[in-house]
Amino acid sequence: MTNRIVVLGGGTGGTLAANRLRRDLGDEVVITVVDQDDDHLYQPGLLFVPFGLSRPQDLVRSRPAQLHDGITYRTADIERVDLGAEQVLLSDGVTLAYDVLVVATGARLLPEETEGLTGPGARETVHTFYDLDGATALEGALSRFTGGRLVVNVVDMPIKCPVAPLEFCFLADWYFTERGIREQVELIYVTPLDAAFTKPVAARTLSGLLAEKHVELVTEFNTGEVDGTGGRLVGYDGREVPFDLAVVVPLHGGAAYVDRSPGLGDEFGFVPTDKHTLQSTAAPNVFVIGDAAAIPTSKAGSVTHFEGETIARNVVRFLAGEALDASFDGHTNCFIESGFGKAMLIDFNYDTEPLPGHYPSGVGLPLLSPSRLNHLGKLMFAWFYWHSLLPGRDVPGLTAAMPTAGKHMPVPTRS
Amino acid sequence: MPTAVYAGTPVTVTEEGFYLDPDQWREDMAPEIARDAGIDVLTDRHWQVIMHMRKEFAGKGTGPTVRALGRTSGVSIKELYLLFPKGPAKLAARIAGIPKPRGCI
Ligand SMILES: Cc1cc2nc3c(=O)[nH]c(=O)nc-3n(C[C@H](O)[C@H](O)[C@H](O)COP(=O)(O)OP(=O)(O)OC[C@H]3O[C@@H](n4cnc5c(N)ncnc54)[C@H](O)[C@@H]3O)c2cc1C
Repeated sequence: MTNRIVVLGGGTGGTLAANRLRRDLGDEVVITVVDQDDDHLYQPGLLFVPFGLSRPQDLVRSRPAQLHDGITYRTADIERVDLGAEQVLLSDGVTLAYDVLVVATGARLLPEETEGLTGPGARETVHTFYDLDGATALEGALSRFTGGRLVVNVVDMPIKCPVAPLEFCFLADWYFTERGIREQVELIYVTPLDAAFTKPVAARTLSGLLAEKHVELVTEFNTGEVDGTGGRLVGYDGREVPFDLAVVVPLHGGAAYVDRSPGLGDEFGFVPTDKHTLQSTAAPNVFVIGDAAAIPTSKAGSVTHFEGETIARNVVRFLAGEALDASFDGHTNCFIESGFGKAMLIDFNYDTEPLPGHYPSGVGLPLLSPSRLNHLGKLMFAWFYWHSLLPGRDVPGLTAAMPTAGKHMPVPTRS
Repeated sequence: MPTAVYAGTPVTVTEEGFYLDPDQWREDMAPEIARDAGIDVLTDRHWQVIMHMRKEFAGKGTGPTVRALGRTSGVSIKELYLLFPKGPAKLAARIAGIPKPRGCI
């Protein structure tokens, strides 16, 4: 019998997983991809929209057009998954039975969970760049901004691309300098973390960069309320941060249907998953890729790409009744746009934090220091995204296992 | 690693006062850790959070974040800040004798 693979979500992870599986299994399987709309958004491009560096219409392409021939695409809202019956219910009443389910429904923005964030002042003094409408509206707001306090706030972790809000600060510094009004603008970065970033070595470099660019850093701030008309963030601990313009990254959770599917998700709607095999803990025939997975990696497209190899291999093995391969090492690779045509690069995995050096080897891109080459790398990433990553090809230099060749690895101490 | 003495028993803690080994913790130590941290009396609501922290740690290998506590402990984030001022997740983890919550990446 032909096995049925249903892929939930046709974004980064769903698209590249379906394409890899189609290539590996051909007509041995029937692959169906479901997404709620037909617009595939290149999300890393959102960062550039507010500064007029990317045009919204250039970031969106057809979802089905990114899928290889032979893959079925359906536009529908997922209602819920029935793990016991091994089927997915769609809101149009259709039921899809599966032998293997791939969950790739990403993360959802939850602005309504923070008091005031969707209230008065939204889209006036309070903005976001984490979705296309928000980023587009923010472009207008930034262009009208002539001075005052611009506060960038992450409400709480986890968020997609945890370096993006820092990059926003660096680009804002460049943008207002170009406009000749940098002196009139105070930039403040407000984070729930106890440092600029989660990983100590990178955090030091990034807070150095914030200081160099005169961005004030406020740490351990848990936003309880965003008061758009009063122009202030109010922390649960009573601290307040006043603003003229706030750029807020809202809380993230998993897709809503996960909450409606008994046994599938955790308290935030993310799906508990084995961090090395990418098999869910909910059922052996459910695999998870990308932001939807509750695993200790960054929620990033690069991680999703690195996971592609492991998930495809393990679905094939599962269908053949073979043991799974526990090879995913948590590899994460991020370009960090630092303004003025430069960018930094960080590269890490479950066990190794971001280190200085070069990537992927001694002659490669500089790690943890701003350079023009990395900025070009960041721009090139868009091309690779549509032409290599989504089709499920291996990208040169972007291999699943984290390379150590060019890194300044700590010298093991003898005991 | 520094050693602290609670309820007459020495325990190994980090520089920030987090237990390295949750098995060294006993209920009668909690009020002393709390006093060190500036909380004079542990109420039933405090205990509800403390026991929840230990249960989550036992199940997941890391303590919950404030946001997770707000969802799962039966105590709202606002109240958590009243019970454990400044940083509820860290403070409750310290008093519950579990390692510092790893947080997210
Ligand atoms: C501002 C910003 C900047 C970023 N910058 C970078 C970067 O520089 N580098 C990097 O590597 N990553 C970056 N990322 C992160 C990257 O875009 C994501 O990690 C990646 O897209 C995750 O892929 P995914 O497949 O898990 O989720 P997605 O690509 O988001 O796909 C999830 C899909 O599921 C669908 N879906 C959800 N719920 C339902 C439902 N109920 N019914 C039907 N369909 C549903 C959605 O429509 C969506 O298409 C950035 C993200 C943002 C927001």
